[in-house]
Amino acid sequence: MRATPESGPVISLSGVVTRFGRNLVHDGIDLDIARGEIVALVGGSGSGKTTLLRHIIGLTRPAAGEVELFGEPLHDGSVHEQIARRRRFGVLFQQGALFSAFSVGENIAFPVREERVATDDEIRQLVALKLAMVEMEPQHALLMPAELSGGMVKRVALARALALEPELLLLDEPTAGLDPDRSSSFVQLILGLRQELGLTVVLVTHDLDTLAAMSSKVAVLADRKIVSYASLEDTLKVEHPFIERFFHGEQGRRALARAREDG
Amino acid sequence: MVGIAPPEIAADQASGGWHVRGDWTLRALSPRIAAIRRALKAVPADARWSLDDVVRIDSFGASLLWGAWGQRWPDEIEVSAPHRVVIDRVAAAAASLLPAPAPYTLSDAVAGLGNGLFAFREHVLAFVALVGQLCLDVAHLIRHPREWPLLEISSNVYKVGVKAMPVTALVGFLIGVVLSYLSALQLKAFGADIFIVNILGLGIIRELGPVLVSVLVAGRSGSAMTAQLGVMRVTEEIDALAAMGVSRTQRLILPKVLALTLAMPLLVLWTSAVALFGGMVSAWVELGLSFGFFIETLPTVVPIANVFIGLAKGAVFGLLISLVACHFGLRVRPNTESLSANTTASVVSAITIVILADALFAIGTRSIGVPG
Repeated sequence: MRATPESGPVISLSGVVTRFGRNLVHDGIDLDIARGEIVALVGGSGSGKTTLLRHIIGLTRPAAGEVELFGEPLHDGSVHEQIARRRRFGVLFQQGALFSAFSVGENIAFPVREERVATDDEIRQLVALKLAMVEMEPQHALLMPAELSGGMVKRVALARALALEPELLLLDEPTAGLDPDRSSSFVQLILGLRQELGLTVVLVTHDLDTLAAMSSKVAVLADRKIVSYASLEDTLKVEHPFIERFFHGEQGRRALARAREDG
Repeated sequence: MVGIAPPEIAADQASGGWHVRGDWTLRALSPRIAAIRRALKAVPADARWSLDDVVRIDSFGASLLWGAWGQRWPDEIEVSAPHRVVIDRVAAAAASLLPAPAPYTLSDAVAGLGNGLFAFREHVLAFVALVGQLCLDVAHLIRHPREWPLLEISSNVYKVGVKAMPVTALVGFLIGVVLSYLSALQLKAFGADIFIVNILGLGIIRELGPVLVSVLVAGRSGSAMTAQLGVMRVTEEIDALAAMGVSRTQRLILPKVLALTLAMPLLVLWTSAVALFGGMVSAWVELGLSFGFFIETLPTVVPIANVFIGLAKGAVFGLLISLVACHFGLRVRPNTESLSANTTASVVSAITIVILADALFAIGTRSIGVPG
């Protein structure tokens, strides 16, 4: 079945197999992510969460299987079509991956400048807008990435990921390295933006608080496969040793209780 | 995107207003941007606007319209509430403009010169501090001989010495051949063929060998040292060492400095020998001088003092190159620009300093080892 781009899944993985040498990481992963979902991808260390994310971004290619974004195979089409497809999603890397030789403003302006359609005035306006979106001040535009704190790096990286107003946002450990207060305000920020811009969000996370607060669905990666893809409530009912350990440990119960109180 | 009309702007004959339609997002606008800008310019300032048929608008589309309206809402406009929110956000951002970087003025130039001088002074102070710290380290190690970082020193000798042998040999051989060939052409004209031994022996052993090796090593090992220390700073590895109570100068810098100081005289010996061999080959081909004659004559026309001068130069140049490389490596700040700037500065300064030191050597040893 080939769905139309408007209504079909934003991301569709079918039969994805990944091998590192003789080490089999993914053994036939199938996952369809619908428009507007916030999907948390969880799994143990070394289960290949980030690798799966890199397949979706197109940085690596699976040994077998198909990755489709917006209803089209990721690596299909001319160079221009592939570039255009890449500009429909934004990525927040774990360490921010800001260009250290550029100031904050230049970092955010970079994707827009690459399109070569906006004038300098418009770019300045857009940068100010994106900075406001991630709750930063206009004068922060002149700072260099080395002068930023960890939380600010994530905000600037998010602003850069949002620069082209993508339909899909991919977040790799968005709250890792932030204190609980910062990380909950970062979660609120992303939720607010998702409401405004109608984003689809895929995040890789270890943080149960973030997961409980954000996700509309949880994809559990274990035993080299997706063992469960459902809402958080339904995921908890699945019987699997990893889910047992991850969600029903002491920490898991506390985080879920907190989320219920808030929600 | 499939199913959404392309962006468009048109005058409406019936109502006399201007209609904006379709998909006003960056991706849809990009292919038609020139035409859209032209159309927007053609709209009179007091026009009536209708944005009712806009399907989607993103902040780029909004900023395009906001610019066309002269940074204010038109007097007469029809727009849906969600689109108004998007445009309002752009309007708010346009009001809080980014601070522009200050323009460059004459006083900046003066301040830049002053800062340059201060920076130079700071470089000198930091360099002296580094040398002082190394002296303290050596003093400490002499009192505690068990702490010598022997493993690091030997691995550095291998890296900067043994692995540099092929490239220095190749360059030395070629330079020897070329020098010998060019000198032979001149000497033949005067019938002074035999003096080729004097020229090559003195020139290569005393001057060319050490300087040639220094330039190669500064480019090869000096840059590697700076980059390695720089990346270790960027990734906080140096801080991790300090946190474990391991002295960075003792474990990282001293082995590099000692290794290059030890390896350079040996490299000089090796390169000078290969360069002389190249010169011998060329002299044999060009002038018919036999290898045996060349080797027999060499010690009689080139006093042995020249070999020691060459070796001493090698040690001093090695010391300088490694000190300069480590000095710049420790000054790398955690960004890519700083890494590249410091690596460049390291190589350029090392070569310059080596040539300055070579001039000092020439003055200091002007009466030693020169026949006649």
